[in-house]
Amino acid sequence: MTTNLRSESLDAGGRPSAGPRVGVLALQGDFREHAKVLALLGAEVSLVRRPAELAGIDGLVIPGGESSVMDKLARMFGLAEPLRAAIAGGLPVYGTCAGLIMLADTVLDAIAGQESLGGLDVVVRRNAFGSQNQSFETDLAIPALGDEPVHAVFIRGPVVESVGASATALASLEDGRVVAVEQGNLLGTSFHPEITGEHRFHEYFLGKVRSRANP
Amino acid sequence: MTVSETGSSRVKRGLAEMLKGGVIMDVVTPEQARIAEDAGAVAVMALERVPADIRSQGGVARMSDPDLIDAIIAEVSIPVMAKARIGHFVEAQVLQALDVDYIDESEVLSPADYVNHIDKWAFNTPFVCGATNLGEALRRINEGAAMIRSKGEAGTGDVSEATKHIRKISSEINVLRSMTKDELYVAAKELQAPYELVLEVAETGKLPVVLFVAGGVATPADAAMMMQLGADGVFVGSGIFKSGNPEARAAAVVKATTFYDDPSVIAQVSRGLGEAMVGINVADLAAPHRLAERGW
Repeated sequence: MTTNLRSESLDAGGRPSAGPRVGVLALQGDFREHAKVLALLGAEVSLVRRPAELAGIDGLVIPGGESSVMDKLARMFGLAEPLRAAIAGGLPVYGTCAGLIMLADTVLDAIAGQESLGGLDVVVRRNAFGSQNQSFETDLAIPALGDEPVHAVFIRGPVVESVGASATALASLEDGRVVAVEQGNLLGTSFHPEITGEHRFHEYFLGKVRSRANP
Repeated sequence: MTVSETGSSRVKRGLAEMLKGGVIMDVVTPEQARIAEDAGAVAVMALERVPADIRSQGGVARMSDPDLIDAIIAEVSIPVMAKARIGHFVEAQVLQALDVDYIDESEVLSPADYVNHIDKWAFNTPFVCGATNLGEALRRINEGAAMIRSKGEAGTGDVSEATKHIRKISSEINVLRSMTKDELYVAAKELQAPYELVLEVAETGKLPVVLFVAGGVATPADAAMMMQLGADGVFVGSGIFKSGNPEARAAAVVKATTFYDDPSVIAQVSRGLGEAMVGINVADLAAPHRLAERGW
């Protein structure tokens, strides 16, 4: 495994010479914003548009954007099946908004023929809040990330309508609707930490990536 | 009790961030909207006539019929944008009431006010506005635009004006980056834009909002060229539904926009698309028929 080779290469101080290698799915959406946050947190970031670019990454982020477009392009350019295999193989993946939709086992209000990659045992409803006029920002209490609330931006976002037995809800709106979930190495949020300067979700995700890369 | 806020700058600009790397297509019927969504459009622009028809039929071009906008919103699940005339704040109020996702204050329609643009801060719905240069873009942002599209020359199928405008905006940004702080005061005066926005562009090297390209994009290679020139995404107006095979062309432009830096993909998707829209050379247009000169 290339991962092991990399984790064994140390610099003069005896520390790992490079951060974990994290890919960002770059078919469409705000992938550059994710790449910036990940690089700031010490990851070695690469953009992924082709199956070959999945080789050697320790984790993947699926950005915000239009899920129906990402799905189409992923299938057209042969990425969907390798991604499903990587997820089944335990690759840590973090999806925001459209990325959460891509990770959900079941998607409601999808366009005709839309498929998700799956992996998260949840039912997600696309555009759950309505049009852009209903898009909003708010503070969320997320105990798993500490006492300070997370400032969350929802942009025509999805919600998790039901959380299956294998998945865990991490955050909910005041009305109880679930907006952040995790299951093993998979993490999904309805909102966009990548555009608010909120780094704790990416840190949390990188923790999963590091522990898989250096078990 | 946690406060939730709609219509903030972050929320308005945020939707444009999510559209990046995508193609926004002009549609005039729900059927066309369906074709656009199925082809992979990130959003549609609901119109009564595409710019090429506005050009050939003439007359005053206005906001679309609310019934048409409703029917298009009902047909698709991707964001729906619609155009208001420059300065026509009541058309914009109507579009907000119709719950469109973005309002385009557009030079493609006949201007309603030759002095003032719409005060876009007064709206909950975000606005996209056209610009031919950096000063114009910053003036629109100062008025509350949450997204900018370079104007190009709509309805021509001639990409040369789009090229000119994106190159102009990029080169003006590059000039600002190399300036000292005292020079930026003069630059703000010359750009006729607020100093704070000029300073922000000089420091970050980019517009504070997403920048798409529009006007004359007709082929996958046109779209890819705009992306290579630094666009965040592409509007395609008449180019798709005035062509021989809209379904195939729409899907091809989407693929070329994602793989804009890969000539082999662009070559592959450019095959067998049938006729492109016939087009008009911008140089053959008499000055009063140039839409990009509307707005200031």
